[in-house]
Amino acid sequence: MATPNNLVYERPEAFTDMPTHYCPGCTHGVAHRLVAEVLEEMDLIHKTIGVAPVGCSVFAYNYFDTDFVEAPHGRAPAMATGVKRVLPDRVVFTYQGDGDLASIGMGEIVHAAARGENITVIFINNANFGMTGGQMAPTTLPGMKTTSSASGRDVETQGYPIKVSEMISTLDGVGYCVRRSLHDPKNIRLAKKAIRTAFETQVRGLGFSMVELLSTCPTNWGMTPVDSLKFVDEHMIPAYPLGDYKISDAIKQIKI
Amino acid sequence: MAAKGWIEVSDTYCKGCELCISACPQEVMELDMSHLTPKGYHPAHTFKDGCTGCAICAVVCPDAAITVYREITKRPATVAV
Repeated sequence: MATPNNLVYERPEAFTDMPTHYCPGCTHGVAHRLVAEVLEEMDLIHKTIGVAPVGCSVFAYNYFDTDFVEAPHGRAPAMATGVKRVLPDRVVFTYQGDGDLASIGMGEIVHAAARGENITVIFINNANFGMTGGQMAPTTLPGMKTTSSASGRDVETQGYPIKVSEMISTLDGVGYCVRRSLHDPKNIRLAKKAIRTAFETQVRGLGFSMVELLSTCPTNWGMTPVDSLKFVDEHMIPAYPLGDYKISDAIKQIKI
Repeated sequence: MAAKGWIEVSDTYCKGCELCISACPQEVMELDMSHLTPKGYHPAHTFKDGCTGCAICAVVCPDAAITVYREITKRPATVAV
């Protein structure tokens, strides 16, 4: 039988025993797992405070074995600001979807970034409001069908998608701002490295850090989980190019 | 010789999303249609030999349901040239 010596991978310690409520194949779970793995690797489980948003990830506090607070819709960066200022020795991260961060919470995220708050933001971009049934979000692609844009997003009346990473990276308070994807093993590993760097940024006090993760929503896109990953590869990545939008010089020196 | 590995899929967490099946480089995974989890999903399993313990299934698994093991192979002693 298995001995600890030949264990290659196991469920991270930073997770509780609770199974997630996410739909089968939803990459929210992958993002959760990457955060949990990074917290475990950096030995931060007992000094981390997460801020849960409103959206599919509203129950994130049930899944991470860290301290957690629940923020009003879109206000996670504001709440994280308060937590971090009161307890500067803790690691504070927010985990937000696009309906939360890019829609109702756009003011909070922009001002938290502009103030250079020393927090980490994990931003899940799945191009719709998953929790409420797949309505059009600010990040919905032009022409993409959702329950509230049944004939496809018409840019004449409904505008263009907001590219959050590009926008946030223009602010001076930002230390680290990158976009990654969760659609294949290679990109998942790159995403994990980015999340690690974002937490390292915070531990070293080098400013605001944000990782945008292109994610899937198989249920509301009406696709199988495997097809949704193809959709991310073929349609979302051309609209939201992966890359490093801002990495300050001090962060480039970090060796992991 | 290729490394030999094996996986354990947790019935508590697996939701049968098939992401591991499409990602498995050895193509040794499938849904176990003769078995149901407490949540009512057919869980993933390996249906033939060939698992190398590469852990790619665990990397793509959204529910951290997979534990991966690999047999320890003794390397042949290096010969001084």
